[in-house]
Amino acid sequence: MNWTALIVFILLFVFVTVLGFFAARWRHGNLDQLHEWGLAGRRFGTVVTWFLLGGDLYTAYTFIAVPALVFGAGAIGMFALPYTIVVYPFVLMVFPRLWSVAHKRGYITAADFVQGRYDSSGLALIIALTGILATMPYIALQLVGIQVVIGAMGFHGTGLIGDLPLIIAFAILAAYTYTSGLRAPAMIAVVKDTLIYITVIAAVIIIPRQLGGYAHIFSSIPPAKLLLAAPPAGSWGAYSAYGTLAFGSALTLFLYPHSVTGVLSASNRKVIRRNSALLPAYTFLLGLIALLGYMALASGVHDMPQYAPYFKQYGPNFAVPALMLNSFPAWFAGFAFGAIAIGALVPAAIMSIAAANLYTRNIYRPYLRPNCTEKQEATTAKLVSLVVKVGALAFVIFLPLKYAIQLQLLGGVWIIQTLPAIVIGLFSRWLHRWALILGWVAGMVTGTWMVASLHFKGTVYPLHLNGLTMPGYAALYGLIVNLGVAAVFTVVFNLLGVSRGKDHTSESDYHADVDTTSGKAAVAPDFEAPSL
Amino acid sequence: MTNESTRHGSKLWYLLLIFPYIGVLWVPFYNSLQPEFNGIPFFYWYQFLWVIISAVLTWIVYRATE
Repeated sequence: MNWTALIVFILLFVFVTVLGFFAARWRHGNLDQLHEWGLAGRRFGTVVTWFLLGGDLYTAYTFIAVPALVFGAGAIGMFALPYTIVVYPFVLMVFPRLWSVAHKRGYITAADFVQGRYDSSGLALIIALTGILATMPYIALQLVGIQVVIGAMGFHGTGLIGDLPLIIAFAILAAYTYTSGLRAPAMIAVVKDTLIYITVIAAVIIIPRQLGGYAHIFSSIPPAKLLLAAPPAGSWGAYSAYGTLAFGSALTLFLYPHSVTGVLSASNRKVIRRNSALLPAYTFLLGLIALLGYMALASGVHDMPQYAPYFKQYGPNFAVPALMLNSFPAWFAGFAFGAIAIGALVPAAIMSIAAANLYTRNIYRPYLRPNCTEKQEATTAKLVSLVVKVGALAFVIFLPLKYAIQLQLLGGVWIIQTLPAIVIGLFSRWLHRWALILGWVAGMVTGTWMVASLHFKGTVYPLHLNGLTMPGYAALYGLIVNLGVAAVFTVVFNLLGVSRGKDHTSESDYHADVDTTSGKAAVAPDFEAPSL
Repeated sequence: MTNESTRHGSKLWYLLLIFPYIGVLWVPFYNSLQPEFNGIPFFYWYQFLWVIISAVLTWIVYRATE
């Protein structure tokens, strides 16, 4: 047992636990209302939102898995960089509109927006279910981040004893999420991101110095790993795989419920616009973290006997913890592990809140309790956030890890199928609500079938077209099918005269800001014509 | 609706945002070791450089369309 590291780790953990409970009083609001518990009253300014979204999107699993991929597979793992570069121009174009319409109409989830825009509770229901389905394994994977660092500090028990630290961590997390709602992860995110920045800046300065500089690190990596393999004849090979993984993942990232929750908790439209230029700081950080994979390779930790049992248990996911243990004094390794573990708590909390918001708003209220009070709504969400976490915990404890990883891969393929209804819906109402449902079905089936044909081991599907092979991200291929089906059936349903429903939003909603609406007083006019 | 463009600045500014997509999604542009920068292969420093260029372009568009 590495006691020094463990003590530093526990101190950090206790500190954020206190913060988590204290957060209930921060920017005080009535936590018996869903928008107060689940969106922190939409009060976060530019700085808090920067920390919250940064802490939310760049998860602990990312910090472990991206360098692990670079460590194991080389250049392909760097796709995290183009992915998180191109996501922000997309955010600037799209998500201020979502913030505005949600602010104007009191929407708490993306499915709320779809309900209002398309007047279709069926469409809203599948958007909500897709969100919940994609989020659950993502929460489970956050636990893996905690597991690896707890193991790294020498905690080896098997069975229930081995899982005990994880269970304690999650019980605490569940308790303060229940009492404080979104305020807890927002406050903890400030600590988490600060710890991560300190850790990574220290790592990229100190470790290369120990290893003889960046030039030496890169020259010690096998050349085949440093670049993407040139495509063979008749195929786009790794090039289209890299590009489509980056582009498809970028389209996907902000459709996840936890991203939407982060966006909607902002206090005004400008917060989102400004943050699309400020959040790339985390992208730079992520790139540096990816390079830790090469530093781990160059340092030779995988050949050191003291780390062999860990690599056997955790695989490449142990690369970064091993590098930390090998390069830093024990207290700083404990600090780094604390940063990673806390980095798991923030997204896990936001994800469970987002899933709870979806369940409460788009399943419980419309289908189970149409006349529920605000307090019942908030209480239900709090309870569901507990259920979601217990489910994720059981998943990690009782099932092999590979299922969580496979389901998370599928989660991306699934959540992207909500893009036509949400993103296109923010700009145009041309697509028919029933066509969107059929498109969703087609996209889900295509994407899932492609991943199944790869035996759930990856998401890069080798599409054959006219003798040309285009390996590409299955999510993107599924989305193309989805859009095609939605467009064709829109024409068909229009010809058949199937009702398009009533648009409960108006064109000006998509540009609304706090100043122009003067708070909640604005009443939605009921006679608005659909915008298209 | 007619004063939209004057109030928010020209929508044409958004066209600037196409450059990051071209710059990093077309892999043949940068899948090479040379030219190196301080021993760092081109593939790596090129993508890091685009983090900064993209953030600057996004900031310009944000300010211009305010």
